[in-house]
Amino acid sequence: MTFFARALMGATALTLAASPALAEKLTIATVNNGDMIRMQKLTDDFTSANPDIELEWVTLEENVLRQRVTTDIATKGGQYDIMTIGTYEAPIWAKQGWLVALEGLGDDYDADDLLPAIRGGLTVDGKLYAAPFYGESSMVMYRKDLMEKAGLEMPDAPTWDQIKEAAAAMTDKDNEVYGICLRGKAGWGENMAFLSAMANSYGAKWFDMDWKPQFDGEAWKATLTDYLDLMNNYGPPGASSNGFNENLSLFQTGKCGMWIDATVAASFVTNADDSQVADQVGFALAPDKGLGKRGNWLWAWNLAIPAGSQKVDAAKKFIAWATSKDYLSLVAENEGWANVPPGTRTSLYENQAYLDAAPFAKMTLESINAADPQSPTVDEVPYVGVQFVAIPEFQGIGTAVGQQFSAALAGSITTEQALANAQNVTERTMKKAGYIK
Amino acid sequence: MARNVSNTRKALVTAVAWTIGILIFFPILWTILTSFKTEAEAIASPPSFLFFDWTVENYVEVNSRSNYPLHFMNSVIISIGSTLLGLLIAIPAAWSMAFVPAKRTKDILMWMLSTKMLPPVGVLIPIYLLFRDFGLLDTRIGLVVVLTLINLPIIVWMLYTYFKEIPGEILEAARMDGAGLWDEVVHVLTPMAIPGIASTLLLNVILSWNEAFWTLNLTAAKAAPLTAFIASYSSPEGLFYAKLSAASTLAIAPILILGWFSQKQLVRGLTFGAVK
Amino acid sequence: MATAHSRSAARLMLSPAVILLLGWMIVPLSMTIYFSFLSYNLLMPGMEEYVGFLNYEYFLTDPAFFAALFNTLMLVGGVLVITIVGGVALGLLLDQPIWGQGIVRILVIAPFFVMPTVSALVWKNMFMNPVNGLFAYLAKAVGLQPFDFLAHAPLLSIILIVAWQWLPFATLILLTALQSLDQEQLEAAEMDGASFGNRFIYIVLPHLSRAITVVVLIQTIFLLSVFAEILVTTNGGPGYASTNITYLVYAQSLLQFDVGGGSAGGIVAVILANIVAVFLMRMIGKNLEA
Repeated sequence: MTFFARALMGATALTLAASPALAEKLTIATVNNGDMIRMQKLTDDFTSANPDIELEWVTLEENVLRQRVTTDIATKGGQYDIMTIGTYEAPIWAKQGWLVALEGLGDDYDADDLLPAIRGGLTVDGKLYAAPFYGESSMVMYRKDLMEKAGLEMPDAPTWDQIKEAAAAMTDKDNEVYGICLRGKAGWGENMAFLSAMANSYGAKWFDMDWKPQFDGEAWKATLTDYLDLMNNYGPPGASSNGFNENLSLFQTGKCGMWIDATVAASFVTNADDSQVADQVGFALAPDKGLGKRGNWLWAWNLAIPAGSQKVDAAKKFIAWATSKDYLSLVAENEGWANVPPGTRTSLYENQAYLDAAPFAKMTLESINAADPQSPTVDEVPYVGVQFVAIPEFQGIGTAVGQQFSAALAGSITTEQALANAQNVTERTMKKAGYIK
Repeated sequence: MARNVSNTRKALVTAVAWTIGILIFFPILWTILTSFKTEAEAIASPPSFLFFDWTVENYVEVNSRSNYPLHFMNSVIISIGSTLLGLLIAIPAAWSMAFVPAKRTKDILMWMLSTKMLPPVGVLIPIYLLFRDFGLLDTRIGLVVVLTLINLPIIVWMLYTYFKEIPGEILEAARMDGAGLWDEVVHVLTPMAIPGIASTLLLNVILSWNEAFWTLNLTAAKAAPLTAFIASYSSPEGLFYAKLSAASTLAIAPILILGWFSQKQLVRGLTFGAVK
Repeated sequence: MATAHSRSAARLMLSPAVILLLGWMIVPLSMTIYFSFLSYNLLMPGMEEYVGFLNYEYFLTDPAFFAALFNTLMLVGGVLVITIVGGVALGLLLDQPIWGQGIVRILVIAPFFVMPTVSALVWKNMFMNPVNGLFAYLAKAVGLQPFDFLAHAPLLSIILIVAWQWLPFATLILLTALQSLDQEQLEAAEMDGASFGNRFIYIVLPHLSRAITVVVLIQTIFLLSVFAEILVTTNGGPGYASTNITYLVYAQSLLQFDVGGGSAGGIVAVILANIVAVFLMRMIGKNLEA
């Protein structure tokens, strides 16, 4: 075996470029979203200033990334020096002591400039454990031309009833125009992100103060009934397999009247290269039900350093660079202000150049500020997180419940069955994990 | 069935066969075509078949974003390495099963095949911990070992069925001539079994090339093969069909070409045991 | 020919393979069995404790379990039927003299070389998508309502995708077997007035029985652990409509990071797979005898 191993290594050594001596190599795991891809292209700016640091990228699709980094950090595999993690992971991991607290990111880092809602979700016991790279909430994107044709006007802060009225008026199935496009694909980060946020505005919640699942309550029933009603009457065909991307391409090809989804979508749908409706998109806050909460979520992709890393200093340098104000200017110089990673810094939303270039900026900021992870819904709850519950069990439960709601959307089970199954699945897991007896 | 067929019949059969062949191949063709479209054209309705603005921008983008040569080399080394290592272990085993069968030979063979039924996800955590302790995470060696082990049963079984078709008398004759065990296996058996070994090799290279669970979960940057390369193009935010198609084309092209060139060998070897 | 000498040599030559596989099986398997009796969530280290059969109890009473069991069998059975029937038909077709036989054969076997993830992505997005997909476009072109494959026939859609990948394998093996068929026997039967159906049933099919056995055996091994195709297309849904056992174990161990539960699921899957293997051997094992 050793002979073979050596032979193999000999063979492969030829194919590897020799690395400069003494350079520290940072392996960075990241998600394959547009803003991260852009960062990879701009890293020359960092490496030329830090010739002793080399960067190695592992870019993966979201689900694979999550599975990889979680396995690695929990087993202390040590494969990555910097990990891209979501707002869901950050508090759980920080509490486990798996992350390095991000102190000493430099004098000009200005942590106080970070948006409070985003920063709050990444802070445990007063320390920041992950630096936000871009943040998002959700909002309504709608077609101004279709609204006009229907003789309606979209308020800046619509209610669910107004959304339904608009959806009904815009739907024209013969011409493949569907009043509303929403996520239907099962997954805790897919349909459940939308539905949990929507449920918050209906006063529904995942758990009461005793961690008892609440799917048997009226609030969830009202949420799901209205969601199914909207989608069955005014939604596109195949909605139960639509996630962010599917809806994006529907909207960009002019097939949706409205789309309630991540604020980052705004830059895609207003980009004339890809979108056929670029100049017709209007924005509004996510709808409410008159209960004081809006149906919008809060999410950020963040950079964090696993505890036990040997290269903490170099990693901090990189994180400070990638999430700094200067980085925003760097992107603006190279790609224009509309393409800078949004939703992390207050100063960005005070920058007139950005506000001019990004018509969606104001609505994005208001949406982010309207979300409160500490108090996500109308009643008091024992958990943190707007469209998720920051406990380790949530990914599994969220996806299982998402399956049920997706099945209800596909018409294979009734609303009542879906809710009963969701309640059952959640109760089982919570019992097994010892939250409830 | 078909000796003196009229040309009409031949034409008819040809037409049917070609139609079916093209239908089966169509998804691949469509992927290749899509890889030359812009993202907007890739989702356009009605879809354009050939008359669109051909562009290579997706390939340029894919190449600037990922280190394709590295992933490609990793795939080559891992799949060929694991296949060769597998053959090295499997040839003696198959020889012994085929020519010196014991009472339990069949059971051992079946047991070997049954180890392949272990669902990989169920044992990921134990394997990950072992790999961490042996320093095998994100190494080609580690992947070669794992892929050898998961494909070994198939290799042994294919070789076994193939060897069994070789008359034992020939080996015996060689032994009469004073050939030792080593000579027997290396100089007599192996040359006779070349077609079988070749097709086993090909099949295993294909299977290892396409293995997407272990190769994805045990690698990070250095040893990641093309399956990981694909994982950086599937479902990002934004339109991605065209770039995904370009990445897919790059990922499957090498093995497709290898498969096409060697399909005669593949077919010849697959006659193992099954035919008679 | 088996002398004592060659017997011990044979054992020696067999041993590396056996020892390696034994190690590969025993080490992870015993760790998995051990974990399966623990309450062990990867995200909460240090909290492991012995819980007896609790993990098994939860896995087996999971409402998804029986659905998954059924789906697994449907998936394996469905793909086997399609690939074998299709493979025999294609084999018969390609066995005829046609122009450009080599090229047609290449076209037919090509899907086998495509990575499962890639083929699932391609089918899902570019063909089965009810709005942008090619099937939807064709349906609309002839005035039909596009069918939403992955929502309304998720398992069938996955069966079709997997069958597309494995049809070439079946075709290749069956075609090779057909080529060795004694033509004279067939011609004699034809002269005796045997219809095509009779010739097929009494001469061709028996000749193919071993090849079919090989196809069933190899494919079953791979089909029991179909996973990437489900993850990419439906995530096991809607509901549990396309969840198979492998996917269920995945959900436990890599979504919930419940190592205990996932391990119990893994052990259950191994037991089930071995039951399938035993049945398989009973049913077709005879065909493998030389």
